[in-house]
Amino acid sequence: MSIQPHKSRTIISIVLLCLIPFFTANAAKVKIGILLPYTGTYAKLGTHIRDALMLRIEQNKNTLGGREVEYISVDSEMNVPKSTSRINKLVKKDKVDFLVGPVHSGIGINMARLVKKSGTITIVPNAGANQITGTHCAPNIFRTSFTSWQLAYPMGGVMRKAGHKRVVMMYWNYTFGRQTKAAFAESFSASNEEVIDIPTPFPKAEFQSYFTKIATLHPDAVFAFYSGGGAVQFVKDYAASGLKDAIPLYSTFLTEGTAKAQGSAADGIVSILHYSRDLDNEANQRLKRTFKAKTGEDVDIFAVQGYDTGSLLVQAMDAVAGDTFHKKALIQAMESVVIDSPRGPFTFSKAHNPIQTIYLRQTTKGENKIIGVAAKNVEDPATGCQM
Amino acid sequence: MIFSKKIMDASFYLIQFLNGIQYGFLLFLVAAGLTLVFGIMGIINLAHGSFYMIGAYLAFWLTNLTGNFLIGVALAIPVTIGIGYLVERTTFSRLYSRGHLHQVLLTYALILIFDELQLILWGNDFHGIDVPEFLSGAIQLTDILSYPTYRLFISAICIVLAFMMYWVIQKTKLGMMIRAGASNREMVQILGIDVQRLFAIIFSLGVALAALAGMLAAPVTSVYPGMGENILIISFVVAVIGGIGSIKGAFVGALLVGLVDIYGKTLFPELASILVYALMVVVLLWRPQGLFGTAA
Repeated sequence: MSIQPHKSRTIISIVLLCLIPFFTANAAKVKIGILLPYTGTYAKLGTHIRDALMLRIEQNKNTLGGREVEYISVDSEMNVPKSTSRINKLVKKDKVDFLVGPVHSGIGINMARLVKKSGTITIVPNAGANQITGTHCAPNIFRTSFTSWQLAYPMGGVMRKAGHKRVVMMYWNYTFGRQTKAAFAESFSASNEEVIDIPTPFPKAEFQSYFTKIATLHPDAVFAFYSGGGAVQFVKDYAASGLKDAIPLYSTFLTEGTAKAQGSAADGIVSILHYSRDLDNEANQRLKRTFKAKTGEDVDIFAVQGYDTGSLLVQAMDAVAGDTFHKKALIQAMESVVIDSPRGPFTFSKAHNPIQTIYLRQTTKGENKIIGVAAKNVEDPATGCQM
Repeated sequence: MIFSKKIMDASFYLIQFLNGIQYGFLLFLVAAGLTLVFGIMGIINLAHGSFYMIGAYLAFWLTNLTGNFLIGVALAIPVTIGIGYLVERTTFSRLYSRGHLHQVLLTYALILIFDELQLILWGNDFHGIDVPEFLSGAIQLTDILSYPTYRLFISAICIVLAFMMYWVIQKTKLGMMIRAGASNREMVQILGIDVQRLFAIIFSLGVALAALAGMLAAPVTSVYPGMGENILIISFVVAVIGGIGSIKGAFVGALLVGLVDIYGKTLFPELASILVYALMVVVLLWRPQGLFGTAA
C-alpha cells in the first residue's frame, strides 16, 4: 500500500512546520533579564529605570538589531543574600542575552562577581560601587550610571572653595555611602580641613538624634548622601530641626527625584550630579516629553540612566545587526558607542564607565537648577581594574 | 568658654533624652498590642507590623481626602478597628487550637497579602504628610537647634494612651477579664466568660494601637512600602524585654529600647545596630521571663 500523494504532502508540510523554529534560531527574541528593586525605599528608582529602558526600546519599535525583545523582570527587594540565586536564575535558567541591574551597590558587586564567570553581557544602570568597574571589571560588564568616586571627589573642591574647613559627612552606612565618604575625604582634606564622620544604618530614616549631635558639633557645613524615601525625610527633618538656617547643606542624590516631595525644605540645597532636568539638549527634551506621556512621572537621573541603557542596547545591536552569538564583536560595538544621552553625549572609559561632566546644582521651588560645573569630563580612576 | 561647652553638652544629653523617650513611646504603642495578643491569645502575630503600615497609609490617604491630618486620623481609627475585627474573625479565630507554626505561616501570608494590597492601592512611592499648622512649628532649644512641636505632640498622645490603657486594664470589667485571661485562660472559659468575644476585642484593640502608632509616626518617618517590617522586629524585642503579656513591661521595655537606641546611635555609632539586641540578651540572661513577665 502506497501513501496517497496529497497525504504525503501534508505530512511533509507538518514536518517542515515543526522545523521552522530551528532554522530561524537567530530571529528568536532577544532576552533581557532585569533585576531592580520594585519595593522598599528604592522602589521608585527601580521603576523609573525599568520604564525608561523599555521606553527607549519601544521607540525602536520594540526591537534590537531587528529582533523582537522579551523582558524577564525580577524584584531585587534590595536583598543582597538572595541576589545570588536571583542572578543565577536569570543567567543560567533563563539564559538571558543581556542582564540589566541593579540599583543597590552590594548587589552590584555580587552581580559583577557572578557574571564575570558566566560571561553574560551586563549593564549596570545605577549601582555606583567603584569595584564594579574597578577590581571586578570585565569585558562583559558595562555601566551607564556613575561611580561613587565620580560623584564625591569633585565635591571636595567645591566645598573647600566655599571656605568650609570643618564638615560633617552623613551617609547611609553601606558600600556606596562608605565609598562616597572616602572619596570626599580624600579630595576635601588638602591641608587642615577636617571631615567628621556620621554613618547611619541603611535604610532607616530616623535622623533626629544625629541632628542633635550636629548642632553640638556646629560644623561649617554638612555633606549628605541619602536617596529615595530616606532623602525626603532627611531634608524635611533637617529643616524642621532648625539646622538649615544655621549650617549649609551640600549633597549628592539627596534632592534628585525627591525635590517636589521635599517642598520648601529643599530650597537652597547645593548638590552635585551628572544630570539636571533643566539641561537644554534635544535628547533631554525628548525624554522629558515621552517619559511623562508614558508614565505620568517627571524625569530624574534614574530614568536617564535607564534610558541610556536602552540606547546602548539599541545602538550596539544595530551595529552588529542583532547578532548576540559573536560576543566579542558585540562588546566591541558597545565599547565604541557614543550615547546621545539627556545628560549630554558620553563615551565609555576603558573600564566601561561613562566619562561625564558633573554639574553643580541648587534646589529652588522643587527644581534642581544648574549653577555651574563641578568638574568636566570626569573619568573614574578605575582602581584595580585589569582587563 | 569651657563653661559654655559644658552647657552645650548638658543640652545635648537632654535633647537626646527627649528623642529617646519619644521613640520609646511610639514603640510602646506597637509593642503593647503585640504583647497583649501574644500573652493572652497565645498568638505569634508577624503581621503586626503590617497594621502599623496600614495605619500610616490610611492616615496619608484620609489626610489627603479631608485636607486635615487630625480628621484623617480620627476617621482612620474606626477603620483599623474594623480591619482588626474582620481579620480576627476570618483567619485567626480558626487557628487558636493549632500550634505556633500554623500561626507563623498564616501571619507571614498576611504580611505578603497586605504588602501587595498596599502596592495595588497606593503604589510604591514614598509620601510625606503635612501636620496641621498649630503643630508644625518648633521650639527653640539652643542657639541653632529647635525641637519640632509635633514630636512633643506624639509623646503627649502616647502618655495619654498609656494612662487610658492602665485605667482600662486595672479598673474596668473588660480589664479584669483581660488580666484573668492572661493568667489562666481555661478558668476564664469555665467561669462562663465569652472568650471568643474577648479575643476579638483584644485583637482589634491591638491592631488599632499598632495602626495608631503608624498614623502618628507617618509625618516624622514618611509613608513607604515595607515600613512595617522594621518596626515589627524591634517591637518583638520590646515585648520580650518587658515580659510577654505585660503592658507595664512593654512600657518600660519600650522606653529602655528607645533610649539605648538613640544614645547608642550618637555615642557609639559603630555599635548602633547591635546595642538594642545586646540589651535584650543581658535582660534575658538576668531574667529569662523578661522584666515584668511571669515565669512559665
